[in-house]
Amino acid sequence: MVREPAALVIGGGIAGIQAALDIADAGYQVYLVEREPSVGGRMAQLDKTFPTLDCSSCILTPKMVDVGNHPNIELMTYSEVVAVEGGVGAFHATVKKKPRYVDVDKCTGCGLCAAACRMKGRVVSRFDEGIVKRSAIYVPFPQAVPLKYTVDPTACLYLTRGVCGKTFKCKDACPADAIDFEQREELVDLEVGAIIVATGFDLIDPRTKPEFGYGVYPEVMTGIEFERLSSASGPTMGKIIVNGKEPKDVVFIKCVGSRDPHTGVPYCSRICCMYTAKHAHLVRDKIPDARITVFYMDVRAFGKGYEEFYDRVKHERVIYRRGEPAEVYRRGDKLVVLAEDTLLGKPIEVEADLVVLATAVVPRTDASEVAALLGLECSPDGFFQEAHPKLRPVSTSVDGVFLAGCCQGPKDIPDTVAQAKAAASSALVVLAQCEETSPA
Amino acid sequence: MALKTEPMAEQLELFGCIQCGKCTGGCPVARKTVLNMRSLIYHMLVEPELDVYAHPELWDCTCCFTCVERCPKDVRPAELIISLRGQLVESGRIPETVGAALMGIFRQGNPTGIAREDRTAWVNGTPVKAAQEGCEMLYFVGCIPSYDPRVQVVPRALVRAFTAAGLDFGILGTEESCCGNEVRRMGEVGLFEMLVEENGELIRSVGASRLVTTSPHCFNTFRNEYGLDGIEVLHYTQLIAELIEQGRLGFSNEVKKRVTYHDPCFLGKQNHIFDEPRAILKAIPGVKLVEMDRNRERSLCCEGGGGRMWVEGTNLEERLAFQRVQEAAETGAEILAVACPFCLLTLEDAVKVQGLDERLQVMDIMELVDLAL
Repeated sequence: MVREPAALVIGGGIAGIQAALDIADAGYQVYLVEREPSVGGRMAQLDKTFPTLDCSSCILTPKMVDVGNHPNIELMTYSEVVAVEGGVGAFHATVKKKPRYVDVDKCTGCGLCAAACRMKGRVVSRFDEGIVKRSAIYVPFPQAVPLKYTVDPTACLYLTRGVCGKTFKCKDACPADAIDFEQREELVDLEVGAIIVATGFDLIDPRTKPEFGYGVYPEVMTGIEFERLSSASGPTMGKIIVNGKEPKDVVFIKCVGSRDPHTGVPYCSRICCMYTAKHAHLVRDKIPDARITVFYMDVRAFGKGYEEFYDRVKHERVIYRRGEPAEVYRRGDKLVVLAEDTLLGKPIEVEADLVVLATAVVPRTDASEVAALLGLECSPDGFFQEAHPKLRPVSTSVDGVFLAGCCQGPKDIPDTVAQAKAAASSALVVLAQCEETSPA
Repeated sequence: MALKTEPMAEQLELFGCIQCGKCTGGCPVARKTVLNMRSLIYHMLVEPELDVYAHPELWDCTCCFTCVERCPKDVRPAELIISLRGQLVESGRIPETVGAALMGIFRQGNPTGIAREDRTAWVNGTPVKAAQEGCEMLYFVGCIPSYDPRVQVVPRALVRAFTAAGLDFGILGTEESCCGNEVRRMGEVGLFEMLVEENGELIRSVGASRLVTTSPHCFNTFRNEYGLDGIEVLHYTQLIAELIEQGRLGFSNEVKKRVTYHDPCFLGKQNHIFDEPRAILKAIPGVKLVEMDRNRERSLCCEGGGGRMWVEGTNLEERLAFQRVQEAAETGAEILAVACPFCLLTLEDAVKVQGLDERLQVMDIMELVDLAL
């Protein structure tokens, strides 16, 4: 018998997944709302994780499957919370279920629709950070939960132009008759006792630092793009290929936007030092003769096993040079990274076939709308404000609403999971108190 | 001279420096001289004194402000150079040519030292209204455009364009004095303040709602340092682009040329005006605009700013202008278009020295506009 009241978890990344599992395991009903077609979030995009080099999907996928199968969790993907009223113990939430144009009860995830789609290979895959193009009907990635197809309303010829040739290619191809262009948006009302906000983060647009030539040179990419390039399940099957060839000179630039009040990011993004060390390791692993340079201002390897990992990477012939690069430009078929090596005290040029920018972690672009929806406050950096920075780190100014993961501020996966478990614990206190006081 | 470092470090708020090296890494002259902004700031923070006489490289800085624009911590490194130059100016130990330029400005209102009475010689007979009679727009010509025979074509072309567009404009004539932008950057604060006061008063007395300049350098100081509240300060590229867009300025001739454009530091990097000059070039019939690899925020300084028109610096051989004209030639452009009198002179000189004059011609955007009108 499932216990009540229920909890609402907003956001299906690793924070939301962990919080949902903990509350559900305690016996309470959980609604897990995710706006993308699949749960998984940022962690699903990553290749390996620092400092242990566990494959990210390998440790995440079982948890994704668990939330999909858990009897106490109602997974509401491709859905958004649009209204919240009431208060602790008795929130009324309205969830908008966006039309997938696919009957999830019929869809078997076979993928014949995507193979047949007229837009095949023409729609930018956001999951793959634009490195590959997909069809207008898609699953974001092969391990998606639920493994159900979704029609992208911004790309589907029928939905954008009202016509897709003489006949619907996807409908013709679907053996389960699952495609349904008659689907409409639905609103669902939920009664919940506590809410966990786990809406994650965005990454700064590196064009805000025009000196690095992102968007000008294809050899300049962001860290998250590198994750997709390096991922064994990614578009290149894990081969690091730039402009059709393997890069030999690879330069990493840290603090791109971070620690820089000019870009609105005065804070340290906390994850870049370690993922850059991991990226350097991955390049060394895949391209043994590569010349690898990491430009840094400070190396912040603060977590358990982190300094040791940094040591390991340095021993793998990765050259750390102190100095924040000033500019990237082209010379012949190479890029040139200009910097001062502050330890040498002189300006230097380092040639590169690939430049990876460790871009700042920033609040979701719609964070202020989510804050308004729930009555939350934002701290000056734009992330959601916790009730007390030390003693109430997952509570908010709204009773019964708790924070988990990067929506509260940049953090790595261990801290995110720890905070998610703390948020679940706080939510469970509320739920248990409500259960005690409600008439049997 | 042993300068006490602490008061200046405090005044310029150097304490926030995290020694990241972004200033020196991107400094165009640091690549060829011993100037090292980061190291200089560090010295100011940790050593009690600085021997300012021991740093001739202080005159290498072009005040392109790449360091100021990019510093993540708002330290404004180039302002340290300006302050240190100020100490040298006060002590009188400055390069002779800098002294002569400053003296010329003090006596005749311009760095060439040519008589104030000759300031309007550039008009060459064309009647131009005196702004003092009242006008909607004040055109501030600037020293180099007024006196340098190579640059005088630019204000003449601007007057033709303004007239063609039917603008009500006037000039200050022989009452116009140096704007002081370079004066401040050479460290002569007293003279700069005097110019701000005198020019400011004169400009306000005209009652024009807009002030347009030939030079990005004048534009910069009027816009950012004069406090001309209520007067809209424009560089000519902004105004011309506006006139074209409004259909008030049309072209009747084709200029069939491949053109590349060099962003002046005081217009681009420092004031973020990148699109208007390009919009003008694109609007000229026949012009094919091609970009150099380093453009917009990554444009390479021509080394004409910060007083460098009047002081050679410590490395004469490797001029940035030489490198820049080579970059322009690599694009296959026949014309290197500029929007700054200093860039026009430094780059044209470099084209000659580099033996590129058969292939590449340096022209102000207004010269191209004039051909097309």
